[in-house]
Amino acid sequence: MEAFATALPALGEAWGLILQPVVLGYLVLGVVMGLAVGVFPGLGGIAGLSLLLPFMFGMDPVLGLALMIGMVAVVPTSDTFASVLMGIPGSSASQATVLDGFPMAKNGQAARALSAAFSSSLFGGLVGACFLTLFILVARPIVLAFGLPEMLMITILGLSMVAVLAGRFPLKGLAAAGLGLMIGTIGEADAGGSLRMASYDIPYLTDGLKLVIVGLGIFAIPEIVSLLRQDRSIAKGASLGAGWLDGVKDWFANIWLSVRCSVIGVVVGIIPGLGGSVVDWIAYGHSVQTTKDKSNFGKGEVRGVIGPESSNNAKEGGGLVPTLLFGIPGSGSMAIFIGAVALLGSGDIEVGPGMLKDNLDITYSIVWLLALANVVGTVLCIAASGGIAKLTTIRFTYLAPFLFMLISFAAFQSGQNFEDLLALFAIGLIGIFLRRFDWSRPAFLIGFVLSNPVEKFTNQAFQIASFRFRKGFDVGMEYVFSPIVIVLIIITVVSVVLGIRQAKSIMAEGEVQSGAKRAPMVFLLVLAGYLIVALVNANMIPDYNMTDKIIPLVVGSFALLCCTILLVQMIRRPEGDPIFADKEVAGEDADAPYGLWSTLAWFAALIAATWVVGFILALVGFLISFLRVRAGSSWGKTLLLTACGIGFMCLMAGALNRDFPPGLLQDAVDLPWPLK
Amino acid sequence: MTVSTFTRRAVVGLIAAAGIAAPAAAEVDFSGKTIEWVIPFSETGGSAKWANFFAPLLAEELPGNPTVVVKFMPGAGSTKGANWFQEQDHDDGTLLFGTSGSTQFPYLLGDPRVRYEYKDWNPVMASGTGGVAYLNAEDGAKFDGSANGLKDVDFIYGSQGATRLDLVPLLAWQMLGMNVEPVFGIKGRGDGRLMFERGEATIDYQTSSGYLKGSAEMVVAGDAVAMMSWGALDADGNIVRDPTFPDIPTFKEVCEATDGCETNGEAWDAWRAFFVAGFPVQKLAFLPAGTPQEVIDTYTTAFQAVVARADFADISSKRVGKYQVFTGTDAQSALGTATSVPDEAKAFVTNWLQEAYGVSLN
Repeated sequence: MEAFATALPALGEAWGLILQPVVLGYLVLGVVMGLAVGVFPGLGGIAGLSLLLPFMFGMDPVLGLALMIGMVAVVPTSDTFASVLMGIPGSSASQATVLDGFPMAKNGQAARALSAAFSSSLFGGLVGACFLTLFILVARPIVLAFGLPEMLMITILGLSMVAVLAGRFPLKGLAAAGLGLMIGTIGEADAGGSLRMASYDIPYLTDGLKLVIVGLGIFAIPEIVSLLRQDRSIAKGASLGAGWLDGVKDWFANIWLSVRCSVIGVVVGIIPGLGGSVVDWIAYGHSVQTTKDKSNFGKGEVRGVIGPESSNNAKEGGGLVPTLLFGIPGSGSMAIFIGAVALLGSGDIEVGPGMLKDNLDITYSIVWLLALANVVGTVLCIAASGGIAKLTTIRFTYLAPFLFMLISFAAFQSGQNFEDLLALFAIGLIGIFLRRFDWSRPAFLIGFVLSNPVEKFTNQAFQIASFRFRKGFDVGMEYVFSPIVIVLIIITVVSVVLGIRQAKSIMAEGEVQSGAKRAPMVFLLVLAGYLIVALVNANMIPDYNMTDKIIPLVVGSFALLCCTILLVQMIRRPEGDPIFADKEVAGEDADAPYGLWSTLAWFAALIAATWVVGFILALVGFLISFLRVRAGSSWGKTLLLTACGIGFMCLMAGALNRDFPPGLLQDAVDLPWPLK
Repeated sequence: MTVSTFTRRAVVGLIAAAGIAAPAAAEVDFSGKTIEWVIPFSETGGSAKWANFFAPLLAEELPGNPTVVVKFMPGAGSTKGANWFQEQDHDDGTLLFGTSGSTQFPYLLGDPRVRYEYKDWNPVMASGTGGVAYLNAEDGAKFDGSANGLKDVDFIYGSQGATRLDLVPLLAWQMLGMNVEPVFGIKGRGDGRLMFERGEATIDYQTSSGYLKGSAEMVVAGDAVAMMSWGALDADGNIVRDPTFPDIPTFKEVCEATDGCETNGEAWDAWRAFFVAGFPVQKLAFLPAGTPQEVIDTYTTAFQAVVARADFADISSKRVGKYQVFTGTDAQSALGTATSVPDEAKAFVTNWLQEAYGVSLN
């Protein structure tokens, strides 16, 4: 009670600090800048905050906080545009939103999906702030109660969502998740530094693949290519069915789902070390499990948007707890935030354990500035959503070249290597085939995202547990089976059992026709082949680095087992069996006027030209020839659109001080920016 | 709104705030230019903090007040950026590169990815840090200034990897005869401290700023016991008490008090060599190979002016710690100390890494 006695006055002081016109002005400025930066998938908060850093030195603390928080808070809101309208997951926070948000856009309900998403975001942010106001006072011991076994169990709970998203054939879903996990282990192992499926001769691979690239490759590229082949608008019939008001009503009708997912968001968000990677999947899984009629998930179910979006803004609030209380950043942008706070004012505010004692008013200001920024950002986004949703009625051939431009740039920003573009293309190919043969892409992505946490927490928890067991059996058991772990195990088991029962009704790829045996079997054999190579490769790691080989070996063998069973099933079943699902047999893709390879060749040409003349020059050539040849537009329109595209790209990259991929030409001659 | 106008405005604001006039014109003039300070780490690490701290101050002191922008090129534990810098030639003096202990150690240990050569580069500034090791309260009670009472205790330590800066504490504990089991794979020392606070790790170390920010409070509250600092180097190269932690004994003192630990011989020489490479000279700023002397001198003068600021001690202690900043010839000799590890020390550490942790560097 004593804590609350000091909390109330501090809360009052915090509101006193926030509710000044100047502070609110800075907050709005930050929000607007954040929205402008947030259009770029994959850039988000880190780029924006770096931009603000030089300003922070000696700035009035509350003003600086308002500016920075305004910027950070809206990134998970604004990247919803990309995930709903284009199927591009902007950040790990909006991956699950793509699953139902994008199909809604395709059904002509983009505005409805957006406003439902934004309402949920707003509500989640506010619930998060209320919860935090009380919780932050008692959070420290609770955060410390989450040790390695607890974190491992939460990661496994996240992984168990594969059961829900596995699709019609659970084995295919499991194999896809296994493949995702294996792709996630590529590179230098965290623990012992062994190389998995990588070589020091290709330094790019030693760092492993970045989430941005895998997310774009698995979700965005297959959708862009498919729509481009069909040469239509995103919204079927180029009409918008429902308006933004419907989305708000949808959210209100599902308010309790929104409440529950917000709480999931805050709670998972406060656990340092997990970050946001699992939150949206757990929220999505929860939405599916609590919906009576599951038949619409994956085809445009609004609850599939409301759940993850409620959780992702609430998670930002939760993520403040480890940041503020322990000085341990929950994400990249939070790390910069901590650094920037030290610059503010006279430098007295020190993020870390002293924050609650010495600066409770500042702490509360941060919590509520975040909530307010959510409100401002959401209102702006909802206001814009009706207009922006019209993008889905444009003939896609006019959008596609700009989307290729955006995703290439986003991919390059993740590592600033030319290889980023190659990796994007390669992962894109995997995505295209997973989609074609009805292998669960969400399962693959969950596997990839959780690959590193699963491996890390398993190894570390195992090491500490064996250390405890050496002290005594009861000491070890107490460590491994803490009350939190037991509760999480129960939740996981229930969720898996429910998930398996429900999986058959959730078709993330929609209805897929089945056809001949050959193509699906070839794809299966390719996957199995990769798994065998990866297994052999992992097995070559010397035994004293067991920590680096055990997870790839176990997961790889399991995925290979799934593939083998599938192979046997494929051999025994007749052609036309659902196991031979193939989008090229019938349906939208099969009837498309353009072929897969000729469409993909455009993207390949952009990458190849970038390798030779650098990104901007390649882009000029790509846009002009694409618009002229593929879209068949007039010279005037072509040049105007090209100029707009290049201008936009240079403006944003210039403002954020980002480079473009250079090519051979740039190696030979020095060119001025943006050509360099 | 570009970065340059942003930064310029910020810099103008700084100058106004500090009340310092623009420096006198020198032969080299950077008016209207943008200096890129490339850091081979991500935006979130300690090196980013360090460069972001110095960048606006440097901009203020360089002739022509250029914009100084910090750029990040993370990858392969900083070897990617360093390999890139090795390929850069002097152009117009607008490229600056920063390294840290994580760039030095792979170089010293002959990591196969290292394609860079420190001796080709021109150091213009160097700065250091210290480190403190501490124990949990229960085992800390057995610590009496020597590690004699700790030899039967099994410790757990959250480590970033034996070939990183963690080499220094791990080797020190080993020399004291302590049994410390590292749990590898944590991402930063902050995660290590959290593991300690949760009671999963029972021993920990932090660099100076990390210790002051998070761990000192645990020690005051009695939840942890400070064991030793790595110490600092005096002008003659002797290890003395760290001026930031005058009350904490150095590893050298603890080693002398502990049975079986010696402050001479190959183990000690190896530890000392890697300590010097990793802490007193932890971060360096370089101009590329082939930079003309007058450009080097211009940067040296500018960094000297930064250090000579009246408020430098005050603002730097909060952001980068109370440690000496070396410029000019001092930076050159600091680089010498940081990168010239005797072959025996290298061989000893390589062998020890292989035996104790199975880490092979080829």
